[in-house]
Amino acid sequence: MTYKQRIDGRKFDEMRPIEAKVGVIPRADGSAMFKIGNTWAYAAVYGPRNLHPKFMQDPQTGILRCSYNMMPFSSSGERVRPGGSRRSKEISLVTQKALLPVLNLEDYPNSVVDVFIELPQTEAGSRCAGICAASMALADAGLDMKDLVSAVSFGKVDDKLVVDLDYSEESYPDGGVADIPIAMLPNSGKISLLQMDGEVTKEELMKLIGMSKKVLMDIYEVQKKALKDKYKGVED
Amino acid sequence: MSEIKVKDKEISVPGEVLAVGMDVLPGAGTYREGEKIVANRLGLVMMDGRTIKLLPLSGRYMPKTNDTIICKVIDVGFNGWRLDTNSAYSAMLSMKDATSEFIQRGANLTQYYDLGDHIVCQIVNVTSQKLIDVTMKGPGLRKLKGGRIIEVDANKVPRIIGKQGSMVVMIKEATQCNIVVGQNGLIWIDGGPMNELLAIQAIRKISAESHTTGLTDKIKGFLEQNSVPKKTHQD
Repeated sequence: MTYKQRIDGRKFDEMRPIEAKVGVIPRADGSAMFKIGNTWAYAAVYGPRNLHPKFMQDPQTGILRCSYNMMPFSSSGERVRPGGSRRSKEISLVTQKALLPVLNLEDYPNSVVDVFIELPQTEAGSRCAGICAASMALADAGLDMKDLVSAVSFGKVDDKLVVDLDYSEESYPDGGVADIPIAMLPNSGKISLLQMDGEVTKEELMKLIGMSKKVLMDIYEVQKKALKDKYKGVED
Repeated sequence: MSEIKVKDKEISVPGEVLAVGMDVLPGAGTYREGEKIVANRLGLVMMDGRTIKLLPLSGRYMPKTNDTIICKVIDVGFNGWRLDTNSAYSAMLSMKDATSEFIQRGANLTQYYDLGDHIVCQIVNVTSQKLIDVTMKGPGLRKLKGGRIIEVDANKVPRIIGKQGSMVVMIKEATQCNIVVGQNGLIWIDGGPMNELLAIQAIRKISAESHTTGLTDKIKGFLEQNSVPKKTHQD
């Protein structure tokens, strides 16, 4: 019971400061930036475009391809070797699965929508930042979407339930740490990503999901505002 | 009585509730979920009587029947040409739709349209699997020789053309360029380097400020200020 106060002085249900911007990469069909604390994610969307290799084409619907990439010196630890790793492959996959439920690509048979997520610097919560950026970029690309996707991580440090763990909490030396990323469709409240590293009880998990919901709605408002800001002035 | 939650000509993001109630109808870019009408994409809200629709602001070109587009020849086959349409799908131009000339059996098709040529063509048909058939038979449909091609956002094309072509005609007259605007966002401009550059600047300005009112006057002023002096033959 030594964790009485969060290391960076936040409240237990308070997230790090966030910032979002849409249209940061002019050459892409859609792009967005999402920063949460010291974790920065940039997402670029290209497509729908012709899909090769041909055997991957689906005549029923277009497909979504995600790529999650941490830049070599992005983390506070050792240099991340460039190129794919087991970890980045897994995160690319869960990102794709988190985004797919909102997308309708049936109008684009045999084609692909590519999402590239780049992380210039990270300090925990990178997959959630990536998903937030990617969902804004997909909306910016003018694709058919039911909803946006907002994501954040929550968990348990020592015996305290916390929202949006940073690196110092994720690697808290004494006491167990649980880190649970969640992605939610804010309008329907449906969950499209839920992973867990560590242990919490069922009751704690339900309580944490309730706590994160409020934070996710705040993130959603920021995402919405960023999208509207890009097109500000179109109204008149 | 239904409640409309957004204002006309407001930006709406995917998932946003636009209206609640059964006497408002969902138009393009929206869907109904129970009582609610929800935005399906990023767009500009347009109220059209009882329907709410969303006008797209971004996105790749989607092929539509009867669109006049500018394409690039990417392959030449036995009985036609394959064209890049600046969208996710390529188009097929068959031999019989290609020209009014008689094509000899087994003729070398590259003598009509070669690889890398740009042509203006019209979409005849788009299937559910997005197979596109185009024709070259029609007024203004031809191979483009010389000039240069620029790419703009396909959603801005209506603004560049203007009402009854007013905008593009103005640029043509001011810059003495030949201009062809394809619905797919490719624009061909021909007529001397300086004039072409001016036309490109004007078009870029239109697509950057496409949402502002009084754009035609703005562009008119821009063209008058920057007009290229007409060449006088002195030698």
